[in-house]
Amino acid sequence: MSHVSVRGLWKEYPGQVVLERVDLEIPSGEFCAMVGPSGCGKTTFLRMLLGQERPTRGGIFLDGRPLVAEPGPDRGVVFQRYSVFPHLTVLENVILGREFEGSRFLGKLFGARRRTAEEEAKGILAAVGLGDHLRKYPAELSGGMQQRLAIAQALILKPKILLLDEPFGALDAGTKAQMYELLLRLWSERKMTVFMVTHDLKEGFTLATRVLAFDRVRVDPTDPGAYGARITYDLLLTEKDAVQQRLAAAGARSRETEDRLGTLVATH
Amino acid sequence: MRRIINRRPGRGGIVFWGALPFLGAAALYAVASALRLAENPADKLLPPLSAMAAAVARIAFTPDPRTGDYLMWADTLASLHRLGLGLGVATAAALVIGIAMGLIPYVRAGLSPFVAILSMVPPMAVLPVLFIVFGLDELSKVVLIVVGVAPFLIRDLAMRTAELPAEQIIKAQTLGGSTWQIVLRVVLPQMLPRLVDAVRLSLGPAWLFLISAEAIAATEGLGYRIFLVRRYLAMDVILPYVAWITLLAFVSDYLLRLFNARCFPWLKAGKGSA
Repeated sequence: MSHVSVRGLWKEYPGQVVLERVDLEIPSGEFCAMVGPSGCGKTTFLRMLLGQERPTRGGIFLDGRPLVAEPGPDRGVVFQRYSVFPHLTVLENVILGREFEGSRFLGKLFGARRRTAEEEAKGILAAVGLGDHLRKYPAELSGGMQQRLAIAQALILKPKILLLDEPFGALDAGTKAQMYELLLRLWSERKMTVFMVTHDLKEGFTLATRVLAFDRVRVDPTDPGAYGARITYDLLLTEKDAVQQRLAAAGARSRETEDRLGTLVATH
Repeated sequence: MRRIINRRPGRGGIVFWGALPFLGAAALYAVASALRLAENPADKLLPPLSAMAAAVARIAFTPDPRTGDYLMWADTLASLHRLGLGLGVATAAALVIGIAMGLIPYVRAGLSPFVAILSMVPPMAVLPVLFIVFGLDELSKVVLIVVGVAPFLIRDLAMRTAELPAEQIIKAQTLGGSTWQIVLRVVLPQMLPRLVDAVRLSLGPAWLFLISAEAIAATEGLGYRIFLVRRYLAMDVILPYVAWITLLAFVSDYLLRLFNARCFPWLKAGKGSA
C-alpha cells in the first residue's frame, strides 16, 4: 500500500556531502523515527521523502514507482512551525485540502459540498480535541493546539505517508505526552506510514516501531564536508507493543515507562 | 525617580501631548500674522483666519463667474480622479507582478533586476518624456503616478511574498493545491492587507507626483490652482488648499487602515487584549 524503498541514495551540496549510500526498505504502516545529531541530514532526508529536494544520486520509490519530485497529496506533512495558515480559521484550515480537490479553479467550496467537507473536518477536529475551537484563528491557539490543527489538516486527504519534522520540538513536556497519545492513536487507526525527525532520542523510542540513527561514520578533520552521514543504526523495536500498551494504560508516560525506555535506549 | 523610558502618559495625557504641537503651530502663526498685519494691513504673506475663510467661501461656495464651476470642488474631483486612477493601476500591477515575482522563481529571475533598476529612475526626471509621449492632458499625469509608485509597490509585495514561510507553501502543496489555487487561497489573502499598507505608505509620493504634474501642465486640479494663485501671492487660497490636501490624504490613509481592520480580522487575532 505504501512501501517505501530508498536505493543507493546520495545527497550532495556544493563542497559538502550530506548523505551517502542510504539504502532502506520501509514496509507499509511502519512508524520510523529518525534521530541523530544536528546537521547529519535527517531533515534533508525528510525533505527528499517530501519531494521538496531531490537526491543527487539514487532514488526513493513508493510502492515500486519513483517518488514524484514535488510535494503532493499522497504525503502529508507537519513542521515544527508555520504549518497552518494564519488567515484561515481552524475549520477553514482543515477543509482546505478538500477545497483544493473539489474546486479546480476557485479552490473554494460552496453549499452542500462545503457542508459535507465541514462535517468531515469536524470529525477529524473532534478526534484531535479541537472540536470546541472551530471558529478561532491559529494565532488564538496554544502551541500544542496549533500542532494538533496541523495534524488534522494533514489527515483530511488521508495521505499514505505522514512526514513529521520535529513536530513537538517547541512544546512543553505535558503537552508532548498528550501529543504522543494522539499521534499513536491516529497512526494505529489510519494505518499510515509515519516518518518523524526528532532530536529527542527518548521521543523516538517512545513512539516509533523503528528507529533510524543518522551519523557520520567517517570524518576528515581537514575537510569536514568530504563525507556524508549514513544510517548507522536501523533498530526494529520488537518490544514496542508492550511499551505502547503500558503507555495507553497509564494514560501518560509513567515513571515505570520512563525507566523501561531508559534501559531500552541504554541497551541499543 | 523612575527612568523616563518607563514613564507613560495617561489617557488625557496622550490627548494633551498630541494636541500640543498643533496648538503651538497655530499660536505661532496667529502671533506672526498679527505682528505683520499691525505693521502693514495689506500684507498678503500671513493672512488672518478671516481672510482665509473669505477665500474659501469665494472659491468653494460661489460659482466661478467665468466658468460657473465651484472651483475647489472641481479641482478636488479632477485631482482625486487622477490620483485614484494612478494608484489603482499601480496597485493592480503590483498585485499581479509582485506576487508572481515573489512566488515563481522564473518570474523573479526575469524581472527582479529590471524592476530594481526601474525603481531607481527618478520619476520627475522622466516627466518631460511622459509629456512628450503621452501629451499634456490626463494620461501623462496618471502615468507619472504609476511610474512613481508602482516599482515601490511591486518590490515591497514581491519581498513580502517571498517572506511567506516556505512551510506554508509546501503544506499547501501536500494538500493538493495547484500553483493557481495556492495563489488564490494562500498567498493572495495574506498579501492583500500588506498591499493596502504599502499603498498607505505611497500616498505621500503619489500626491507629490500628482501636484508636480498639475503644476506644470493642467487646466484644473488642486496642484494647478496652488501654482496658479502663487502669481498673486494668494496665501489666503494656498494655505486652505494645502490644509485640504492634507485632510484628503489623512482621510484616505485612515480609510485604508479601517479597511484592513474590517476585512482581515485574522491580522489582529491573538494579539493584544482583544
